[in-house]
Amino acid sequence: MSAQSASDRRPWTFYALGGFFGLYLLFLYGPMLCIFVLSFQGPQGALSFPMRGTSLFWFEQLITQAEAGDIAGAISRSIPLALIVTVLTVAISLSAGLAFRSRFRGSNVLFYLVIASLVTPGYVLGIGIGLMFQLLGLDPQWYSSALGAHLSWTLPFGLLVMFAVFGRFNRAYEEAARDLGAGAGQILRLVIVPILLPGLIAVALFGFTLSYDEFARTLQTTGPTNTLPIEIWSMTQNVTSPSIYALGTLTTAFSFIVIVTSLSAIAAIQRRRTGRALDTGAAS
Amino acid sequence: MRDAMNGSRMKSQLLVLPLWLALIVFVVVPLAFIVVVSVFRYEDFTVVPAMTFENYASVFSANLTLVLYLSMLKFTLITWVLTAFIGFWIAYFLAFHVRNRLIGIGLFLACTVPFWTSNVIRMISWLPLLGKQGLINSALMQLGLIDHPLQFLLFSDLAVVVSYVHLFTIFMIVPIYNSMNRIDRALFEAATDAGLSRLQTVLFMVVPLCKNGIILGSIFVVTLVMGDFYVVKVMSGGGSASAVSAMADDISTLLFPHAAASAVVLLVLLTLVVAAIMRFVDVRAELAERR
Repeated sequence: MSAQSASDRRPWTFYALGGFFGLYLLFLYGPMLCIFVLSFQGPQGALSFPMRGTSLFWFEQLITQAEAGDIAGAISRSIPLALIVTVLTVAISLSAGLAFRSRFRGSNVLFYLVIASLVTPGYVLGIGIGLMFQLLGLDPQWYSSALGAHLSWTLPFGLLVMFAVFGRFNRAYEEAARDLGAGAGQILRLVIVPILLPGLIAVALFGFTLSYDEFARTLQTTGPTNTLPIEIWSMTQNVTSPSIYALGTLTTAFSFIVIVTSLSAIAAIQRRRTGRALDTGAAS
Repeated sequence: MRDAMNGSRMKSQLLVLPLWLALIVFVVVPLAFIVVVSVFRYEDFTVVPAMTFENYASVFSANLTLVLYLSMLKFTLITWVLTAFIGFWIAYFLAFHVRNRLIGIGLFLACTVPFWTSNVIRMISWLPLLGKQGLINSALMQLGLIDHPLQFLLFSDLAVVVSYVHLFTIFMIVPIYNSMNRIDRALFEAATDAGLSRLQTVLFMVVPLCKNGIILGSIFVVTLVMGDFYVVKVMSGGGSASAVSAMADDISTLLFPHAAASAVVLLVLLTLVVAAIMRFVDVRAELAERR
């Protein structure tokens, strides 16, 4: 490789920062790998290494053990909740994103309200929503108060993603469609949504995962029944067996499936687009 | 023409209506309820409407309040410095050292994927590493560096800071990485031509040019640490507390008015801190209008 030119040679800082980056990834994923491995221990398993046998014992415990709480019930609420939050986040963020392309009356106030919603401590906002329901005589439920609490967390992220997406959106497509006689609904359905699809999938990914794992805002708003993160939280307070690791492994695996599916969908759309662009490029 | 303009303005208002509704119902009104309840009384296990400043008096007169806020200040400063340092260099590596675009995207996503998983699980995943019989202690003992397990690894301030850095560094990486990607690469050649060393280029060119990213990241990290209660509760083993964890203790004994008063104090402080940081950057231009 001595033929490499001087500009191609990596400076020493590349190796130093590359090593630093590797350490950061280890720091990021190492602990998760530990609980993943430890969740497959035998019945004598404890909370730390060394591994004491291998089995699926702690996963079975999750289903059979009474003190683990109502995990199946919590999952049966967390997933529908996350799906509702996803749909609402995509719809509201897309709609607001369209408007935010130009200045309108109140746009500044609304923007800072979004930022306020993002930086308000989740637990404090949860107390507020809980008090509001309590004093208005409403029943806090996962599908009412907790749903609202989740939106206060997912909408700012949805909107920030839409800002980034619209930043690269060429309005000429929209105008061309209008010149060709398309109505507002047709422009949205046939032009804007297809072009923005990767961004909308990203918004959906934020909506789903942030709601599915939301904890601080949910504590005071979930009402009489728990969502999965609240169930996990109460396990951290009173369960001292690897079954909590088993639950961590399961829920993280589920999150990974959601993440990989969304990212693959985005990648597939992008690949098809560059493919098409190349085809038309070759044809012309 | 004028009608068309008015029409499009009307349309804008219609399009942002759902967002307004969601944020007013689930952010503005709840925060107003906190302010209202903060002047209520707590009697016989219920909240009684009143107009009293007792709750504030008790928040301000308690020694605990000062202790909590000092400890919060300490955690905020340490976490801010560490996440800014780590976030800057991770973003720098991704933005300027990775040449292949696909690999760049892959490595960036590798940094963000954990953000989409459970914070509580990520936090407790430190237990098998930092515990008394944890991996770090056993490794150090095997190497003969220590005779007894180090006690300060878990259920300590160190564990709290490790968790904060673990959970929140991504909030620094993303905005700094964004700012770095807007830097014109030709400037690096200009800097070299001008005789700047690598370190000088970073200090006098890259850092000022990604000031906005650093500030945005700082807003996230500072507010996240100041609003935390569960990391400090679990990872300090009860040794440390935060303003919000004290609120959670109030709530568990149904002392809603007292918790509401502490919440108002914290929110005022947070608003001042965020407003002070925002003086240095136009957040809206940075997030919503840069094309």
